[in-house]
Amino acid sequence: MNSPSYTLTHERLLEFLRTSISAGKRVHAPHRVGAKTFFRPTEDVGAIVFDYIQTAESPKSLLFPKAELLISYKQTANDVTMTDHLQKEIPEMILFGSRPCDAAALSRFVEFFADGHTDAMILKRRKALTIISMSCAKSDADCFCTSCGSSPGDTTGSDLLLTPIKDGRYLVEVVTEKGESLVSDNKALFEKAPSAVKDSYLARVEAVFTPEDITKKLTTAFNDPIWNDASLRCIGCGACAYVCPTCSCFTIEDEGTAHAGDRLRCWDSCAFALFTVHTSGHNPRPTQTERWRQRVMHKFAYLPETNHFLGCVGCGRCSRACPADMNLKEQMISIVERVPVIA
Amino acid sequence: MMPQASFGRAQRKEQSMQSLQQKAAELLESKRAAVVIGYAEGSDGRVRPHFARTADAAAAFVWDQRCKQNLAVYLTKTEIKKMGPAAVIASPAVVRTIVQLASEQQFAKSFPITLVVENDQVTELADAASLDAFAVSHAVLFPPHVTKEIEDLAAMSVTERFVFWQNELSRCFKCYACRSACPLCYCTNCITESNQPQWVSVAPHALGNFEWHINRAMHLAGRCIQCGSCTLACPAGIPIALLTIEATNIVEREFKYQAGIKSDAPAALSSFMVDDKEVFIR
Amino acid sequence: MENTYKPYLMRIEKAMDEAPGVKTFRLVFANEDDRARFSFKTGQFGEYSVFGEGESTFCIASSPTRDGYIECTFREAGRVTTALSRKEEGDTIGFRGPYGNIFPIDTWAGKNLLFVAGGIALPPLRSVIWNALDLRDKFKNLTVLYGARSVADLVYKNELDEWGRRSDMKLVTTVDPGGESPDWKGSIGFVPGVLEKMAPSPDNTIAIVCGPPVMIKYTFPVLEKFGFTPDQIFTTLENRMKCGVGKCGRCTVGPVYVCKDGPVFTYRELQSLPPEY
Repeated sequence: MNSPSYTLTHERLLEFLRTSISAGKRVHAPHRVGAKTFFRPTEDVGAIVFDYIQTAESPKSLLFPKAELLISYKQTANDVTMTDHLQKEIPEMILFGSRPCDAAALSRFVEFFADGHTDAMILKRRKALTIISMSCAKSDADCFCTSCGSSPGDTTGSDLLLTPIKDGRYLVEVVTEKGESLVSDNKALFEKAPSAVKDSYLARVEAVFTPEDITKKLTTAFNDPIWNDASLRCIGCGACAYVCPTCSCFTIEDEGTAHAGDRLRCWDSCAFALFTVHTSGHNPRPTQTERWRQRVMHKFAYLPETNHFLGCVGCGRCSRACPADMNLKEQMISIVERVPVIA
Repeated sequence: MMPQASFGRAQRKEQSMQSLQQKAAELLESKRAAVVIGYAEGSDGRVRPHFARTADAAAAFVWDQRCKQNLAVYLTKTEIKKMGPAAVIASPAVVRTIVQLASEQQFAKSFPITLVVENDQVTELADAASLDAFAVSHAVLFPPHVTKEIEDLAAMSVTERFVFWQNELSRCFKCYACRSACPLCYCTNCITESNQPQWVSVAPHALGNFEWHINRAMHLAGRCIQCGSCTLACPAGIPIALLTIEATNIVEREFKYQAGIKSDAPAALSSFMVDDKEVFIR
Repeated sequence: MENTYKPYLMRIEKAMDEAPGVKTFRLVFANEDDRARFSFKTGQFGEYSVFGEGESTFCIASSPTRDGYIECTFREAGRVTTALSRKEEGDTIGFRGPYGNIFPIDTWAGKNLLFVAGGIALPPLRSVIWNALDLRDKFKNLTVLYGARSVADLVYKNELDEWGRRSDMKLVTTVDPGGESPDWKGSIGFVPGVLEKMAPSPDNTIAIVCGPPVMIKYTFPVLEKFGFTPDQIFTTLENRMKCGVGKCGRCTVGPVYVCKDGPVFTYRELQSLPPEY
């Protein structure tokens, strides 16, 4: 990709962020909270951390909040009036410090919601968002981006991608027009650079499978006994789905009285026991075996079939969050190795 | 000096791990247990729950300071119960959990075979009496930072405490990892899953999060074993165990009732005793 | 910008009791603009809501050939349907739709249509039946086999009477053994058994089947026994739904979303799906 590139010193990066905050843009950046790192709205750039591998929670909540108002209603004996929350203004936001895997995930996330019955609110939020990602100089054992179509220096989905190079500087790759206008609005801070070789500054993440391999194996693995043992220690919480940057399942709930209230969209997870239960009590996925299988098949087999992308970017958050050490990467490897392809 | 002592300790640890593996294998071979639940090496230096159903699989068991997650959570799962008689490698917290579950009629046929490691010896606790005796004499120990957190919270004013929890719970997104990791949260239809009526809001907004966690703390008061698995499980780093630990501490102070030490104890908050204190209605 | 989740406001024009716990609502649009631009095709469904209680998924049980209103039939079973059943004529509820794919009724021109339905599953087929009756000349023979647990459980009793008296269609009704009343004139027996006795011919025929899982399980083999191919058999699936538009993930069966790629499927399509519905 022939994106124009610049360099930026660390001080000027902070200056850029400071200016954006003063200009009224909401800057979401990584902050330390206890032992973990989270994206937080930032007032003081001094609170931003740079020495993390990955945040605990993904930045998808900027497009897809954990609880979101859809409509509000007021009801009298003769009349119902509704407030349409889609029509409200979305303030300009900057996401700073997302990893390349996150940006790639957000672009797949938006594609999923744009397809078919377009979700206008998610698109509206993406339009108001500028994504400035930071390449990975380090990775840990839970990262597997290169097995899922992304990489430590992937530009997909970012508006600007920063790579820490030498002398306290960053290489800045402009990926989109939005990124380009951000640079031209702050011309003084950026120095033009010949297209730099960033590979030597990036973490090395060995691929352990390919998306094609895993999809192929899974399409014939539905009845394989591998799911029974694989799911035994899963406790059926929603931690993996909620920290995941591509998971998008939700529920719609009404809150309020007959007179006034709201209809909300809230996160949900296929791992919960009652996710698919019918009012009759019949549950198409009655045990954790079916639910774990569904999670894996949906991300690695069904989505590739219908939407042509893998529902995983290998960010590793699920493995870091899982109380039972399910370790998705390890399970994918054992599927690729164990399940024979039935011709 | 130091290396020798730790070498000795490491050797004994190795021995007790081997004894555990052997004991588990014996239980499986003799068919006294259909499954032995313990820990095995996990990914990236972690340990993970391990379910051995053959003697060979028992060789994977490990036992060290990483083994903190409360395994008793698996004892009430349908998939595990279907396997047959279960055995579990238990820390003091797990033993107290089993005693508490027993007092709540969760073991219809018989107690799980409970293997404890003490002074590098493996002992089998076979019945109510031995389980109760072990539970009473082995307190659940908090890591030092938790003790400090409890002290800090107790020293706060009610307003300061409320602000603390507002802050912490703002990160909650209702993944229910706390509930799923807790062995005392075994209800097949949790109160949050009732929608006729909707007792607890589904949404993870500020009110919804408070509703959930206050409800949970009330449901665990006098039952929580204070193992801290909920805090360990929380992906948002919320020290949620502090709530239920304190709820149980209050029950202990006010009602002189300790959870998890007597397998036939009546439930603290839902049993009527003629000599119950009634000071609150005077 | 359109908000997918903002419902139409609908007024209940007519509320009818069908069977114990089962009601039909005839709904009209509160807003004339909404009415003017709304249209649907047979097979589609919607999300019907009571503000403050939530949304529930039912088919549109009326035919698209009838203008100006839609009808739904539901059983009181959970929170939303209980709240709905307490609504009265003149009350306002919400409706989102039409969602889902359609019965390809246009491709069935010149064919015989065989409808097989059980219990509360007649509503989705009722839409197709009236659609076909309203365009009667387009189709050849029209047969309906409908059964319920007991006489009281039969829905659309008035329409069943009317269909029974029509000369341009054949109606066979049945109740489970023990479900008959003293003056019951229809068949007695489970739907698959009664179907077998009817010995339906597959020649130039489309079979449309809808019923509880156990009825479907025994009906498909009967049709196959008489030579129906899986492409000739259509059904409509139910699964737990929320958004209705293929996003929330609840209704997935393998790679398909029942709300978006269905709910209408051929038996051939069902055979390639995992048994998770």
